[in-house]
Amino acid sequence: MASVVLSEAEKLYIVHGVQEDLRVDGRGCEDYRCAEVETDVVSNTSGSARVKLGHTDILVGVKAEMGTPKLEKPDEGYLEFFVDCSANATPEFEGRGGEELGSEIASTLYSVFSSGSTIDLKSLCINPREHCWVLYVDVLLLECGGNLFDAISLAVKAALFNTRIPKVCVLEDEEGSKEIELSDDPYDCIRLNVDNVPCIVTLSKIGYRHVVDATLQEEACCLASLLISVTSNGAFTSMKKVGKGSLDPESIFEMMETGKRVGKSLHIALQKILDEEESLGTSRQKVGFLG
Amino acid sequence: MATISMRLPVARKPVGPSASRGGEKHLVAPGDTITTDTGYMRGHGTYLEDEKLIASVAGAVERVNKLVCVKALKTRYNGEVGDIVVGRITEVQQKRWKVETNSRLDSVLLLSSMNLPGGELRRRSAEDELAMRDYLQEGDLISAEVQSIFSDGAVSLHTRSLKYGKLGQGVLVQVSPSLVKRQKTHFHDLPCGASVILGNNGFIWIYPTPEQKDEEAGGFTTNLEPVPLSDREVISRLRNCIVALVTHKLMLFDTSILYCYEASLPHQIKDILKPEVMEEIVLETRQRLLDLEG
Repeated sequence: MASVVLSEAEKLYIVHGVQEDLRVDGRGCEDYRCAEVETDVVSNTSGSARVKLGHTDILVGVKAEMGTPKLEKPDEGYLEFFVDCSANATPEFEGRGGEELGSEIASTLYSVFSSGSTIDLKSLCINPREHCWVLYVDVLLLECGGNLFDAISLAVKAALFNTRIPKVCVLEDEEGSKEIELSDDPYDCIRLNVDNVPCIVTLSKIGYRHVVDATLQEEACCLASLLISVTSNGAFTSMKKVGKGSLDPESIFEMMETGKRVGKSLHIALQKILDEEESLGTSRQKVGFLG
Repeated sequence: MATISMRLPVARKPVGPSASRGGEKHLVAPGDTITTDTGYMRGHGTYLEDEKLIASVAGAVERVNKLVCVKALKTRYNGEVGDIVVGRITEVQQKRWKVETNSRLDSVLLLSSMNLPGGELRRRSAEDELAMRDYLQEGDLISAEVQSIFSDGAVSLHTRSLKYGKLGQGVLVQVSPSLVKRQKTHFHDLPCGASVILGNNGFIWIYPTPEQKDEEAGGFTTNLEPVPLSDREVISRLRNCIVALVTHKLMLFDTSILYCYEASLPHQIKDILKPEVMEEIVLETRQRLLDLEG
């Protein structure tokens, strides 16, 4: 993970500030930085989204491809995650430097989406045991400014909301072989229900309190963090502790309560912005990367 | 209660011609022809090709009699003797420290250019060399002055005055060096309750004003007392104001920072970083600065 070096006095200043609920940029312990969300930025994907949280910039693209269902779940489709930490983000990611972080994020995303209730995978099935939709979710880290996991989960949810899967119908021949027919209308597609898609909330322990949405400087002062994935109605789907410090069971419980509260507001804010973008329709001016 | 604000991105509006003194600036991008007149001498940021003078960096063209040079907007810090810089120690070597100052090469702080605690003046011994890490460690921030420049462009620093030395508690903001205005003094005690060091290399250090001037300390004893909440609010507000000024590419000097602080008082500290509030504050600051000049 990209990190900054701080002097002892600077770290002390940050820790004392968090104790008094006034962080360096004036935020409280439970405030997020201003986020910018835009969907449909990559034209050759089935769905895409870009999220800018302070200095953290994430691009997610979702491609829907036809594949064979897994043996243990013959009537469901599935998701595949791949995370690419580009060298644009920080020089540490040059060459194969970003691979470790990339695989850590990908495995976290797999565990977040592991519970069956997050996405209706049965709707991705075309022919049981033969054909199903596989959603390849590709995450690209453009800039690293702290709080990667939260921004990535917001972008994944926005991209899944934006995904349009073409409608197919299965025709049976006289010989019994099945043929898949794509509908002629390119706008005829199915959308995914993302109501139960969780968002990750990272709670970093600094001193005796915990903060949400830590910047790079704050991450340098924190010894342990808790990654919680929360759905919009407050249910947890996964939890992971990172960092070399230890966490008290009582503080874990407090962090979980904060995570639930913050997670619910996060979902409400994201859904509001996605609905607002949707309501602008095709007349929306796409800002993209050159705005 | 958590406050989370999300928004749709807004395309940057092309900035209208602002009423700046000195008339229109000739802006160039790398590869643009500056002039085809061969009578000019080429300065920094230009090169000669096919009898044409072409810019190699993106910036404004400056012409002094027969010398043409291009001053880039975003560049690494180019040291000049006498500049005040704020730097971070990256390495502790045998008789010197390597300091990161946002320039092309790490700057150098020699042990002999450093003040000993107590202000003693003596030859540096082997014990001093072994105790270097007790004075300055990797990650420490210092304020120093540029003593000289090596032939390869690396800057040599010195802290041979009691106002320079290790920095204590505070906040560092990193901006582009071209946005820091050259002034007589770069150490300011702002009337709003905090002090600021405007390093020429783009590192801005905001810290609580020390109560009494410890002349003997010379910056070696760091004050590790918790900073009171009122001072913290001033420092956070100043930090956000500086970020707002930098986003809108305004020159940073004590008056502009102070005007921006005053313009931001009606807003909450964390709201200053919202794009619409930032624009409003910077517009007001720009207006006051123009009124001051005109």
